[in-house]
Amino acid sequence: MRIIRMLGRSIRDAFKSVIRNFSLSLASISCITITLIIVAIAVMASFNVQNFTKEIEKDLTIVIFLNNESTEDDVARVEQELREIPNIDKSSITFESKQEVKESMQKESEVFDTVLNEWSEDESPLKDTFQVKVKNVEQISSTAERIEKIEQVNTVRYGEGMVDQMITAFSSIEKVTYGVVIALVIVTVFLIINTIKLTISARRREIGIMRLVGASNFTIKTPFIVEGMILGLLGSIVPVIFTTYGYLAFYNHFDGYLFTQLIQLIKPEPFIYSTAGIVIVIGILVGMVGSAGAVRKYLKI
Amino acid sequence: MDLIRLKNVEKKYKNGVTAIYDLNLAIEKGSFTFVIGGSGSGKSTLIKMLYREEKPTRGQIIVGGLDVAKLRNTKVYKLRRKLGIVFQDYRLLPKLTVYENVAFAMEVIGATKEVTRKNVLRALEEVGLKNKVHNYPDQLSGGEQQRVAIARAIVNNPKLLLCDEPTGNLDPERSMEIMKVLDNINKTRGTTIIMATHDKEIVNSMQKQVVTLKDGHLVNFKKKGTYIDENN
Repeated sequence: MRIIRMLGRSIRDAFKSVIRNFSLSLASISCITITLIIVAIAVMASFNVQNFTKEIEKDLTIVIFLNNESTEDDVARVEQELREIPNIDKSSITFESKQEVKESMQKESEVFDTVLNEWSEDESPLKDTFQVKVKNVEQISSTAERIEKIEQVNTVRYGEGMVDQMITAFSSIEKVTYGVVIALVIVTVFLIINTIKLTISARRREIGIMRLVGASNFTIKTPFIVEGMILGLLGSIVPVIFTTYGYLAFYNHFDGYLFTQLIQLIKPEPFIYSTAGIVIVIGILVGMVGSAGAVRKYLKI
Repeated sequence: MDLIRLKNVEKKYKNGVTAIYDLNLAIEKGSFTFVIGGSGSGKSTLIKMLYREEKPTRGQIIVGGLDVAKLRNTKVYKLRRKLGIVFQDYRLLPKLTVYENVAFAMEVIGATKEVTRKNVLRALEEVGLKNKVHNYPDQLSGGEQQRVAIARAIVNNPKLLLCDEPTGNLDPERSMEIMKVLDNINKTRGTTIIMATHDKEIVNSMQKQVVTLKDGHLVNFKKKGTYIDENN
């Protein structure tokens, strides 16, 4: 009961202080707002990058062409050897015989249909193929090399250059966005520490008297920490609106794809809500940590 | 029974100045004690050590069963709730009314509204300011402001009231009013009072227990004393 009464007092005092020091509060709120907008953009960018890296990785297939003269035994043996490579996802191994390849190509266009029909079974340039997916995309090139060494394997294709480049580009984009988020959060914490320090030094006398009449550190600290949380919460209103409506507009404007069909954006729902949640939590935490840091100095005797 | 006991207390400040040398002192519950001495005698340091604003360099200080010297920073509030403190400069909050200033001391320790109201009105009545409840500190005279500070110090029913030159800013007439209030608190509530002062008139007219300090040494402890001139 006493704790509730004290908490009530803390919250009341915190609101009073935000309003009484309005210009100062506005300064820290706008700081938090700007930071959180950038944080929100970075968070959304990094989630999207993560998403399309995953999508691309999912679709990434190694195609293995066997020699023209390979027999059914060879096919079975190659499949066995493929199964033994640890980085290959066993369930993804699919086989297409010459005949199946021919049929599917014939279905694709009439030109292929007529050309292919002119070749007899023996003359056909088509090869038996395997399609496999890998578990770890970063090791795709070494896996491809290993497959090439299997007997009767003619060529291995996985779109080498482009895939490698894309993967490195995405992973560096992700690292940069993480770095930006962390740096911004740290900067904001320091800004809040300074702002709250100013409001505290205006209330130094009050804190001194509180200490003299026997207020515990908890009682003195809580209003300031609540104040920091309120500042963080108020500072996250604009970024939350920005996140939800901004991303929705962005998504609709590009019809869910960025530049090519390859890069697919994350669907807005429920993505925008979770991002908004993250932004609010970061805002409140930043305000809390900042004010706790600021008030610490004043509680030593 | 002794409320306060000091054993071999020494206080040396960081700048090398020693304010108190090997002080031994016991103060009885319910007593009224003056601590006198010239400036630099260590009387303020002694008061500050009693409410743990300063820590002794050596020795033991017991106040109401609490070992003050060993009290951790985060536990100081436990000591402060047992005592009230009055300063020369009143230390009131200018934006709060008389009532709010006194109630502040109860609010921050989590008292209910009803208890706060009852205690605050009783304390203000004791210091004779019941008719100024809604005034702000800057609408009061110095003597009245000091009486508000006294009301704030006693509102939690402390066992001990520490006064550091409470009459330092007041003329003799107002000073005697303050002394009457303090004497009354001592008699009716049984609160132990320790008051640092250098006002001869007050000490001589009150006829209370007197601790005399000189250059950090205890030179005299009289049960019913008068001001001893430093030159004697």
